[in-house]
Parts: sequence; C-alpha cells; structure tokens
Amino acid sequence: MTMGKAAITGTGMSTIGRNTGRPAMDHLLEAAQQALASAGLTRADIDGICTYPGKTDNSPGQSPLGTGEVRGALGLKTRWHSAVPDGPAQMAPIMVAAMAVMTGQARHVLCFRALTESSSQSAGRRASIAGAGKPQIGGWLSWLVSVGAMSASNWAGWMATRYFHEFGMTREHLGMVATGQRQFALMNPAAVMQKPLSMADYHDARMISSPLGLFDCDIPIDGAAVVIVSAADAARDCARAPLRIEALGSALQSQETWDQRPDLTTMGAHDASADLWARTDFKPADVDVLALYDGFSIFVPMWLEALGFCGHGEAKDFIAAGNIGPGGRFPVNTGGGQLSGGRLHGFGLLHEACQQLWGDTGARQVADAKTAVCGMGGGFIAGAMLLNRD
Amino acid sequence: MRPLPELTPENTAFWTGGARGELMIACCNDCNTAIHPPQIVCPACLSRNVAARAMAGTGTVYTFTVNHQPWLPDMAVPFALAVVDVDGAPGVRVTAPVISDQPETVQIGQRMQIRFEAAGDVWLPKWQPLETGACA
Repeated sequence: MTMGKAAITGTGMSTIGRNTGRPAMDHLLEAAQQALASAGLTRADIDGICTYPGKTDNSPGQSPLGTGEVRGALGLKTRWHSAVPDGPAQMAPIMVAAMAVMTGQARHVLCFRALTESSSQSAGRRASIAGAGKPQIGGWLSWLVSVGAMSASNWAGWMATRYFHEFGMTREHLGMVATGQRQFALMNPAAVMQKPLSMADYHDARMISSPLGLFDCDIPIDGAAVVIVSAADAARDCARAPLRIEALGSALQSQETWDQRPDLTTMGAHDASADLWARTDFKPADVDVLALYDGFSIFVPMWLEALGFCGHGEAKDFIAAGNIGPGGRFPVNTGGGQLSGGRLHGFGLLHEACQQLWGDTGARQVADAKTAVCGMGGGFIAGAMLLNRD
Repeated sequence: MRPLPELTPENTAFWTGGARGELMIACCNDCNTAIHPPQIVCPACLSRNVAARAMAGTGTVYTFTVNHQPWLPDMAVPFALAVVDVDGAPGVRVTAPVISDQPETVQIGQRMQIRFEAAGDVWLPKWQPLETGACA
C-alpha cells in the first residue's frame, strides 16, 4: 500500500521515569531535540505535526500536550497539523502522517506522544481510570465504567479469562512474557524497571483483576517520545537509513466495545493484522523484531496470533518455546516493553523497534535487524505497521 | 465517585428498565436482530423500526474477572464482573458486577439472573448467580 513512499527518519525519547516532577513539555522538548538530531534535521525542516490523542484530561496525565502547544514551544511554522483521538490506536498519528507526506501535505512530520500519568495521580483520580471524578460519562466507556469495570485491567482480565478457558493458557505463560521483557529491560538503561523479576516474584505479586496480577500490568510514567515521518524522497537526505513504512493495517470488523466482539479470544488486532499482510509481500517469517502492545501481558500472545506468528490458541506453546525473549527467533519488546520499560502508549515500543533497525540498542541488539512489525492497541483499538530498511 | 451513564434517547430504556426490574434490550421489529449497545437503527437491515424489549433477565457467563484493586477510595473489593450472554438476545452481552460473597466461585457457563440497583436517575444492572445450571 504505502510501499515505502513514507519512512521514519528519526526518533527520540525523553528520560522517562516515575514522579519525575518535570513538566510534560520538558519531556517533549528532550524527545523532539533527540529525534531531530537523529534524523539530521532542524526544526525548520519540520512542516507537519501530529499526535495521539490530542490534549485531554479524560484520565489524569493521559495527554497533557496538544499540537498547538508543541508548535508554539518549538516555534514551528507548519503546513499541516492534526491530532487523532479516534483512529487505529496509538499508531494513528504515524498513519495519518504517512498519508500526509504521501499526498504532499508535508515533507517531515513530527509525531509525538507525551504522558505525565505518574506525577498526575491524585486522591480519587488515578491514572488510566477514564471518567473518574466526573458525575456522568457517555460513549463506549459508559457501558464499562458505570457498572464498575473502571480499569482496562478489568476488560483485559475478562478477555484473558476466556482465553485461558478455551486454550489452556495459565499465568505461568503470562509470567514468561513479563519475566522475559524484564530480562530485556535489564539490558536497557532507559527502562523504568532495573531489578530482576523471577517467576516466583511474578506469582507472589498481588492480583489486580484476575487472572492479571501486578506484573501483568504496564507502568504509568512521565515521559515523551517523538517519531519523525518523512516523504520517501525527503528521507533520502536524512542522517540515517530511512525505515520505510512497507505497509499499514487498520481494519476493524467489530463494534466499539470491549465485551461484544463475538470471539473475545481475538481483538481488533486480528482485523488490523490481516489487513497489514494483505498489503505487502512480506511474511511473518521475514520479521526480525516485534513491537507488540503490552498494556497488559495477555495482549502479547493475542497480538502474536493476530499477526500470524502462530495459530489461534498456540501462543502459549510459542512463548514457552522461547521464541519471544532474549535470544529468541522473534524477540518482542526488546527495550522491556511497557511492562518493564514504562507506558508511552506504544510510542516507546515503536521507538525501540526503530533503534533496533538502526543498530543502536547495545547489549540487546538483534543481529542485522532489518524488518520490524509493530502492533499497537488492545480490545477494539488496533493498528499495525511493517517497517523495513535496506 | 463512579460516573453514571448519560441518558440518551438510545440508552434510556436500558438504564431505566430496572425501575420495573426489566432488562431492556433494543431489538429490530423488522428482522429481530438484538442490538447492543442500543442504537436507533438496526445494523443488520438498516430499519429504523427499533424498540427496546424486556428480556427474561437471565443469561450465561461468557467470561468474567475478579477485581481486587480499589480504583476509587470507596470501592469495596474483591468483586466479580461477569460478561453474560443474554437469553433471548443472540449476540448481546451485558457486563455487570456479580452479587456474591464469594467472587472467586464465578465460572464460565454459570447461569445468572439480572438484578438492579438505583443510582441517581438510572438503575445499574447486577448479576445474581442462579442456584442450578452451573456448567462449563
């Protein structure tokens, strides 16, 4: 589809952490300057800007910055700008930026995601609890939050319960996801979690929403990430090998709900993934590095199946065989993921995949990584992307 | 504070049926498709002849989770949330907390009966386990 007409040319990530006390804009500026430097661009080259979801206080610290503030702070004179609250997951700004450069609306688009969920929590207003503190709520959230299913851990929890029931997966398998990603995190100085996590630690941790325990849930942080999407001809002039956007997948066949999809052992991810592979000659076997949304550990096996790395119900064996951890054939979330690295809503996972393709990941580098697949989102929210370099 | 649903023309029947103890699900009067969340048009045949019908109020647990984390200061834990296939409304599930002192005993396949609790101007559904019929 896009067939390399758009490319990622630079990425940056701030020094993320918990309760950093730093303003969101401080994180954003750090990430933006890093991204510009990595692309060999200056702010004068940036003529487009895009973000997910745009400025909102739906839950504390979820998205403190809009495009207007970032344009202002960086003194950008843009030809195109957009925020995408309603689209194929956290991938949406990358997708619309790719379309913007392919249609000539812009040459270099600065895509960003900033969160201050860690330092924004306050009494009665937890991060990630949408609508809390408001008297009334509408839309799809109302069917969940109003009946007490306030946290996405509840929604992912009941998906996991059904998945366990049908396919015999156990917490041991999810523990392999969590401990494997922690092993990666120990090789990544930027990851929030820097202590080993044993399987015993995983099982001993408190339950959050069965069958998901503490280490099945990602970690709210303060931080920002920036990804620069460029037109292919403009990308050739950048400092690093362009990471061509080979294909995008954003199909969604089911409703905007977390409980009505006929088969809750599948997600929007399955629709978006089928769409992705229909638009490219690449196959899962061509992939070197995977960035899979891990807001909750259960999403990792579901994304593996959605993307066709194994069959439906086979992810537990695929994981147990050591495929996705350090040294595995299909390494997933090599920076530690959101489970051990911190939740940058997919942008951190994408940043890591790009660093892998550029060979910049030190001890955790996958040898000669050229192709990465990114699957973002959970439940009905999903977007998929395939990146490739020469 | 837990937010309550904003009432709309589409969802008022569902959120207020509890005043009469009735589980109200939108249905197409032309092709009988059950529609949830409710909307004014049938997604199967595009008929606008859609109205809420009282269901039997029973269903079968499709899946569940037991929430242990108090997301709000006044939230009593643990409690189970059940996603229930509603009898008489193919394809429709209603998610609600389970009335039980032993949330860990909830099972897939368990039979449930709807109950309601008044809150502001709405009636919130809850699922009460039926004594018999539990099977996976």
